[in-house]
Amino acid sequence: MRPLKIIVLAKQVPDTRNVGPDAMKPDGTVNRGKLSTIFNPDDLHALELALNIKDRVAGSEVIVLTMGPKRAADIIREGYYRGADNGIMISDKRFGGADTLATSYTLVKGINKLAPFDLILGGRQAIDGDTAQVGPQCADKLKIPQVTYVEEILEIRDKEIIAKRRLEKGVETVSSTFPCLMTVHGSSPDCRSRHAKKVMKYKYARTETELRSADEMLISLHQKRPHLTIPEWSVEDINADMDKIGLSGSPTKVKSVESVVLTSSEAKILSDSDVDIENMIKELIEHHTIG
Amino acid sequence: MDNFFTDTPDFKFHLEHPIVKKIVKLKERNFTESEMYDYAPLNHEDAIDTYEKILEIVGDICANTISSNAESVDVEGPHIENNEVVYAKGTTADYKALYDAGLIGMSLPRKYDGLNFPLLPYVMAAEMVARADAGFANIWGLQDCAETIYEFGSEEQKEKYLPRFNRDGATAAMVLTEPDAGSDLQSVKLKATFDEKENTWKLNGVKRFITNGDADISLVLARSEEGTTDARGLSMFIYDRNDHAVEVRHLEKKLGIKGSPTCELVFKDAPAELVGKERFGLIKYVMALMNSARLGVGAQSVGIADAAYREALKYAEERAQFGKVIVKFPAVYEMITNMKIRIDALRSLLYETTRFVDISKVYEDVMNDRPLEKEERMEMKHYMKLSNVFTPLIKLTASEACNKIAYDSLQIHGGTGFMQDFPIERIYRDARITSIYEGTTQLQAVAAIKGVTTSVFLEQIRSYDAEVSEENQILKEKLQEMTSKYEETSTKVIETHNQELLDFHSRRLVEMAGNIIMGYLLVLNAQRDEKFSKSAKLYVNLVSSENNEMYDYINNFEIENLELYKLEEEKVLEEQL
Repeated sequence: MRPLKIIVLAKQVPDTRNVGPDAMKPDGTVNRGKLSTIFNPDDLHALELALNIKDRVAGSEVIVLTMGPKRAADIIREGYYRGADNGIMISDKRFGGADTLATSYTLVKGINKLAPFDLILGGRQAIDGDTAQVGPQCADKLKIPQVTYVEEILEIRDKEIIAKRRLEKGVETVSSTFPCLMTVHGSSPDCRSRHAKKVMKYKYARTETELRSADEMLISLHQKRPHLTIPEWSVEDINADMDKIGLSGSPTKVKSVESVVLTSSEAKILSDSDVDIENMIKELIEHHTIG
Repeated sequence: MDNFFTDTPDFKFHLEHPIVKKIVKLKERNFTESEMYDYAPLNHEDAIDTYEKILEIVGDICANTISSNAESVDVEGPHIENNEVVYAKGTTADYKALYDAGLIGMSLPRKYDGLNFPLLPYVMAAEMVARADAGFANIWGLQDCAETIYEFGSEEQKEKYLPRFNRDGATAAMVLTEPDAGSDLQSVKLKATFDEKENTWKLNGVKRFITNGDADISLVLARSEEGTTDARGLSMFIYDRNDHAVEVRHLEKKLGIKGSPTCELVFKDAPAELVGKERFGLIKYVMALMNSARLGVGAQSVGIADAAYREALKYAEERAQFGKVIVKFPAVYEMITNMKIRIDALRSLLYETTRFVDISKVYEDVMNDRPLEKEERMEMKHYMKLSNVFTPLIKLTASEACNKIAYDSLQIHGGTGFMQDFPIERIYRDARITSIYEGTTQLQAVAAIKGVTTSVFLEQIRSYDAEVSEENQILKEKLQEMTSKYEETSTKVIETHNQELLDFHSRRLVEMAGNIIMGYLLVLNAQRDEKFSKSAKLYVNLVSSENNEMYDYINNFEIENLELYKLEEEKVLEEQL
């Protein structure tokens, strides 16, 4: 089996499991400064799938690609700690405010710079937006096949890859030619933990931006060990069209955000008679709760 | 995410002890290895940061993998298939998680693929693993055997066996005990004969109670000198499981640590390599192996104690009776606070001991590269002397205390604790072995009493006393009073020149010294970090009354009464019949 070049799309997201009262600004946008950030959980599953393929196909390369602000460099470091071979940041203030369309455009520009590749893996969706659109949009723009909801890679052959998809009512086995894009479901195996020696090796990995405010020790270390410098791509580096990135490339406009608080109303007590059960089922179907 | 490292700030505190700087500098040969290895630390701060980052990985795996598997491992346990041990599924998963994270062979030099960690962070990792699952801690902790191969093996053996730990996740076992050789290892019978034709040693015989007996790499104590019956006829061998010449005949059914296989092994013409020199097996190599294993049991005991304490606290804060949560009742909060202060004290002693062992070991290792300066040699000797008595002291005190803490924790759970519904039922059973294996409490007292008779404890106590600042005058005076009583009563016993009387009181004397030492350590901790003030105060009060009791007992003991304790020979015989 020939080695594969695998790109993992990863996003730094606010830790929505630990949200405080000031997580949102009055205008409805996320107050990122007030939230701790994490590696998007589904993307960690994608990273594990990529590393698993690397374990199975010797010589394969795993590259973590992320788009985000300066501090998203943590995602690249985390990728290195867990076994990624390379990491690239797409970071430029002008990319800010992107919706899924502008994001997929930007990522595809980055991916093209890394071409040729065999496989792109990303999480099914990110916990901040929950859109699940970026992966499929990238595949569409790259004009390559896409397989969503992947749980397991069953087989890797020279010209095709066979994956198991986790669907709502069962599993589906599909095969795709290379190159292709897959989005990975949270039911796939958890990502392996950080590796001791990799943490030791990469803990000083920094982007060029980070290096600008670093001390001399770190700068001279990067001169000695160039692999520690994380490449950082700007608008010009990926040759992006200004109209298609950031806010101006994003047709999605948030009109308003409401905080919906569900209040429980009075409970209805039903007997176990056939009539009561039948009425309840009818009501649930009418309200589209079931069916 | 739960994490056993970040939820216990004490680890960081004990890593920051001033003397650690010296240990790390020596261990890292003045940070010269960073030129050769891109994962070696650049300076002290870098090294400490690395230890913390790696311990965080251990803490994560402990909290989220090992501790979640502990219950199923306890129920399923290992079994034998085709004369080989098959671990419980959870055990395999636990080991794999640690192996995948590169955490096997932590203290081995980089040359052999290790992380070159000093003992201090390694023992911290061992404590966390034991808190997660005490039985599993044995399997993981047996990587200590690699240390022994490193210290005493030939270069060829080191290159052959050591890289297998980190690279392949090799497991290890120390194969010492036999049906008739438990505490008394001099009577080991397993036979080692040199096969001239095949130019190798061959092992034949039976070993019993061997923890993780079917490991990849085993260190075996065997009789190489035919016709001998004592320690001087014993040598140490490496047996490689790939040779398939050992049969696992039986797995013991045990009270606790059920996930850790305890094997009966039959060696049948098993090829083996001699470690070091013939005849030094027990007197040198096993003693070294035992010392690190004892420190390991110390760490295991503190881990178990911490697990028991946290279970007690959690339960007492949730369980309501008579209209309030039970933690509000004096009888309960006293028990819980006593657990906490004892754990603070034990952990301080554990890491103090570890630092002593660390310094002496690192000097020994440096001696392989260059001769030591006179001052360094003196220092090495000083810390060796301390290690030799502090190691049995921590093993004794921590194992006994973890049993007491597990007992109290189960008590706080009430009837529910006696059922299998809460982890405390397992923790209570797991704790029991700690005061038995790797030398019973009674044997630790025999080793640690040297600290009393040679005044090593007293000198160390005095040096702690000199460090206590004025603001802790009240505690200082209390500790000084305890010290003078300890000195008085130990002198009294020693001056009788009656060995039997000394043996009779040895555990009491050792415990008195231990209480004073831990008292001082907590006071000194409090000088570095306020949060230990409460523990220091309460602990000194608590143990000062304990010491008074022992002082009274020893002082009022009449030598003649020793005879009354002895069982008359006829009576013993009668009972046996």
